[in-house]
Amino acid sequence: MQRLALVGAPNSGKSTLFNGLTGGRAKVANYAGVTVERRSGRFQTASGREVELIDLPGIYGLSARSLDERIAVNVITGDAGAAEKPDALMVLIDAADLRTHLHLALQLKALGRPMLLVLNMIDLAQRDGVEIDVAKLEQRLGIPVVTACSTRKAGRAALLERLDTVLSNNTPPAPSALDSSDLRTIQKEARAITREVIVREPPMNKVTRAIDGVALNPWSGPFLLAALLFFVFQAVFSWAEAPMNLIDAAFTQMQALAKSELPEGLIRNLLADGIIAGVGSVFVFLPQILILFAFILALEASGYMARAAFMMDELMLRVGLNGRAFIPLLSSFACAIPGMMSARTIENENDRLTTILVAPLMTCSARLPVYTLIIAAFIPPTSVGPFNLQGLVMFGLYLAGVVSAVIMAFILKRSLTRGAPQPLLMAMPTYKLPDPYDFFVNLSMRGLSFLTRAGKYIFTVSVVLWFLASFPAGATTIRDTYAGMLGSWIEPLLRPIGFNLEIAIALVPGFAAREVAVGALGTVYAIQANGGEATGLAQALHGAWSLPTALAFLAWYIFAPQCMATLAVARREMNSWRWTAFMFGYLFGLAYIAAGLTYWTARWAGL
Amino acid sequence: MKLSDLAPARKARVRAIAGGSLDLEAKLREVGFSEGDEVEMVGFGPFGGRTLAVRVNRTLVALRAGEAALVEVDPE
Repeated sequence: MQRLALVGAPNSGKSTLFNGLTGGRAKVANYAGVTVERRSGRFQTASGREVELIDLPGIYGLSARSLDERIAVNVITGDAGAAEKPDALMVLIDAADLRTHLHLALQLKALGRPMLLVLNMIDLAQRDGVEIDVAKLEQRLGIPVVTACSTRKAGRAALLERLDTVLSNNTPPAPSALDSSDLRTIQKEARAITREVIVREPPMNKVTRAIDGVALNPWSGPFLLAALLFFVFQAVFSWAEAPMNLIDAAFTQMQALAKSELPEGLIRNLLADGIIAGVGSVFVFLPQILILFAFILALEASGYMARAAFMMDELMLRVGLNGRAFIPLLSSFACAIPGMMSARTIENENDRLTTILVAPLMTCSARLPVYTLIIAAFIPPTSVGPFNLQGLVMFGLYLAGVVSAVIMAFILKRSLTRGAPQPLLMAMPTYKLPDPYDFFVNLSMRGLSFLTRAGKYIFTVSVVLWFLASFPAGATTIRDTYAGMLGSWIEPLLRPIGFNLEIAIALVPGFAAREVAVGALGTVYAIQANGGEATGLAQALHGAWSLPTALAFLAWYIFAPQCMATLAVARREMNSWRWTAFMFGYLFGLAYIAAGLTYWTARWAGL
Repeated sequence: MKLSDLAPARKARVRAIAGGSLDLEAKLREVGFSEGDEVEMVGFGPFGGRTLAVRVNRTLVALRAGEAALVEVDPE
């Protein structure tokens, strides 16, 4: 089987063509020694030749900076090892602006690799009125050139045929006199070629200019972005409610089924209380995560996301980061795990580290059940002007997360991860409607990768925690179990910030995933798990905790570092135990200080 | 004049890309800037406006004023 690498600038339609050719069936692995994802899939050419297609991260040229880009360049040049070196390159260029992007093809040709040049998204370019003499371009370049529209099958037949020629030939193009690092000369050559082959080139896309008149306007742009974000969050919480209840009910039923069908004993308890309950506690967040991802994908595919990064750049710069950090931080509202992973597109290592370190401060959806429970139990639903006090407290908790992330990034960029502000150089693509097939393939891939990644840890941790909470044998209350013992050890540490033994015990399993603390509190307060759990538990807590303790618990959870899966992914992405320990330490420290301050302020205020 | 000094909606042609580090020059070239190309100042970002949106040929590029100052242009 021959290996074909897909090379192109960001937004040149690489992933869409990849999904189209391989049917969306991708094998995702990591490049040796680094955390960059290696996406590969298979397809057949016109003559039935089997090809492995490798989707490389987007590059504008060969002077790579970010982790992603360096990998792409190393694979192309063969520096990533012979095992990775592709047999041929498929180079994608946005047909709508050949003039600006042709240098990439010339640079790659100068490397002397067998290649096929694809003028992608030709349909959109033609709709704008662009005309290119493809035969002449092929002749001038000395490499095969085809046109394609990556979203439609029709445009791919010619591509599959020409690929056969390229792959069977396997002879590199005639060595060009150009040096791939002499960009100035290469650009001159590229401009000379494009002058000959571009038959007609109208001004830039009118629709894009019209939308940008509003979207990039310094006054209306931020309002549009804020309105979009508000709508997204509204949707994440309101649309996800019904499917979340369904999933929750399904797992409760599975648990009941396991309990009624399996013989009494350890296996039954492990399965029902450990595995099903633990895995279910993560699966229940899938709707929220999918909805948030759906918006992020649609915003990316439509071309708006780069504009959002542009809008946020100035604010991010004041903190010490750049606009690109906006997308990872936005994803972190669903879950810090995908957020940290998308930080890979950030060029500067210190900026990437800072973004990962503050990502857990964005209020992830796992904290929501905890907030909901405590607010329902302790905050009266009285009106404050046009607002509801419960809603205001919830908003305040989210805001506290964002503000502390900003402050933390500001401090980090001036101390531990110091560095000059990084340049922002980013093309903003033409607006287009996302392709539905491509959209669903990407969405399902992200959903699956969240489930497998998070599921792996949750599964292990829930087994361990079940063990801690069920043994030694003969323990009648949770206090006598190992979890209870651990709880009483850490209780003296937590007493100064107003936490009682029950909270200390709940925090032990809460380490697996934040939301597990709710279930653990339920167990500690011996509430029947079936039926009316939330109201029952809220009432029990209302009787057992003082208001300062409840507020301290909320403050704790703004920062709460205890989520195994996040720490494990942070360790992998930062490739450092020291930074992971630092992250855990600073989050723990902040949680402790915030809870303590809240507790003693509330006490002093006589609440 | 410098690209960063170009007024909104004004067009110009790139005369030279120079100064700064070689690294920055390469990045500016790779994202699309090249001698003789048509550029247009599309607008400034919000909150103080050190981030610029510039059209190069048919591509829209976001960059900061510091980097844009490395591109010498002749206004049209």
